Amino acid sequence: MTIKTGFERIRNSALWRSIFRSGEGSSNLHRAQAVQQNLLLHLFSVKIRSRALEFKPTWFLGALTLSTFFILVVTGILLMFYYHPSVPQAYADMKDLQFVVASGVFLRNLHRWAAHAMVFLAFAHMFKVFYRGAYRPPRQFNWVIGVFLLLLTLLLSYTGYLLPWDQLSYWAVTVGSNIAKAVPLMGDKMRFLLLGGHEVNANALLRFYVLHCVILPLAAVALIGVHFWRIRKDGGLYVPEKKS
Amino acid sequence: MSDAKTGIPGNPAIPNDDDCADCTRRQFFAKLGVGSLIVAGAGSGLFAYEYFSPNVLFEAPPIVKAGKPDQFPPNSVTLDPQSGIYLVSSAKGYYALGAVCTHLGCLTAWKPELDLIACPCHGSRFNRDGIKVAGPAPQPLPWFKVWLADDGYLMVDRSSILKVQEFVKV
Repeated sequence: MTIKTGFERIRNSALWRSIFRSGEGSSNLHRAQAVQQNLLLHLFSVKIRSRALEFKPTWFLGALTLSTFFILVVTGILLMFYYHPSVPQAYADMKDLQFVVASGVFLRNLHRWAAHAMVFLAFAHMFKVFYRGAYRPPRQFNWVIGVFLLLLTLLLSYTGYLLPWDQLSYWAVTVGSNIAKAVPLMGDKMRFLLLGGHEVNANALLRFYVLHCVILPLAAVALIGVHFWRIRKDGGLYVPEKKS
Repeated sequence: MSDAKTGIPGNPAIPNDDDCADCTRRQFFAKLGVGSLIVAGAGSGLFAYEYFSPNVLFEAPPIVKAGKPDQFPPNSVTLDPQSGIYLVSSAKGYYALGAVCTHLGCLTAWKPELDLIACPCHGSRFNRDGIKVAGPAPQPLPWFKVWLADDGYLMVDRSSILKVQEFVKV
């Protein structure tokens, strides 16, 4: 049995066929169905122009931003196994991750650097989209989704910044929440709701933890789904016509 | 479509009646449904707002016991980082300043070599009367009400900001 016939047998098994329902064959129809009938892949179009996959139109900045987001989700979930969002333990847990937990310092640093990279890449992606005019109709709605995704990225960075509970994070969030207080009329109330009190304390740490680990990532996943679905609906990635 | 005379969407024969004086059963229930959704939405908003506003806070009370007057030597500025106040002992008497910077809320520090209060975050500086001498702070440091308690301790009320300077003589 060669490797090829082995793969063929797996692809024809009842289990494989019940998950990937497009069936055997490599005709255009089969390939299109393989994309269209898969929950994750069906966000994308079944056919794209090959030039859209080249480096030049996108520099792969959107895909790279998504990759950093995946790294952040995986490392973040792993960090959650050792982190208690409470005032007596948060700082000690962060130090334990650095010095006691096996590979803890690697995961923590990976999470931190991926977070920096994601902010940088999201900005770079938006600059690239802006300067080559890919935000123009019919893609203007997807640009707005992208602006919200940038805001979510920044909010994720900001809420994650408090969690080590050291001097830097404490004063950064003190300053940040006082900036929120400068909003006219409802600034005081906004800061109170954000911190769950008048000062950065146990309530604020817990609120930032829930925002950072649950609410903001879920919102980001939802908007990322809309973002990719809109690419398909707007006729694929923007690739300018080649000058002849 | 929603013009009163042209009829409801999908059924031009039935006139759209905004006051529902003579509307059909279907129009009535549609209005009732939209109305209940608005009420439920507003209720959920209020519910969320109330839920996320804590009713009990475990924060320090505003009135603090600063210390006995003889703990503060003449012409000194003493920071209590726990309560965020300076107890200043001057020739005119004792007074208390808020130590939290009026710019973005960082805790300031007394720099005796400069004879100034300095904020580490964005470089605001204040003299020992709380008046800003440099930096981005929009307000002077607040003066808090100070009094001498019966047990001989200087008390400071951080929630009571003085409009005119008051000194406590001992």
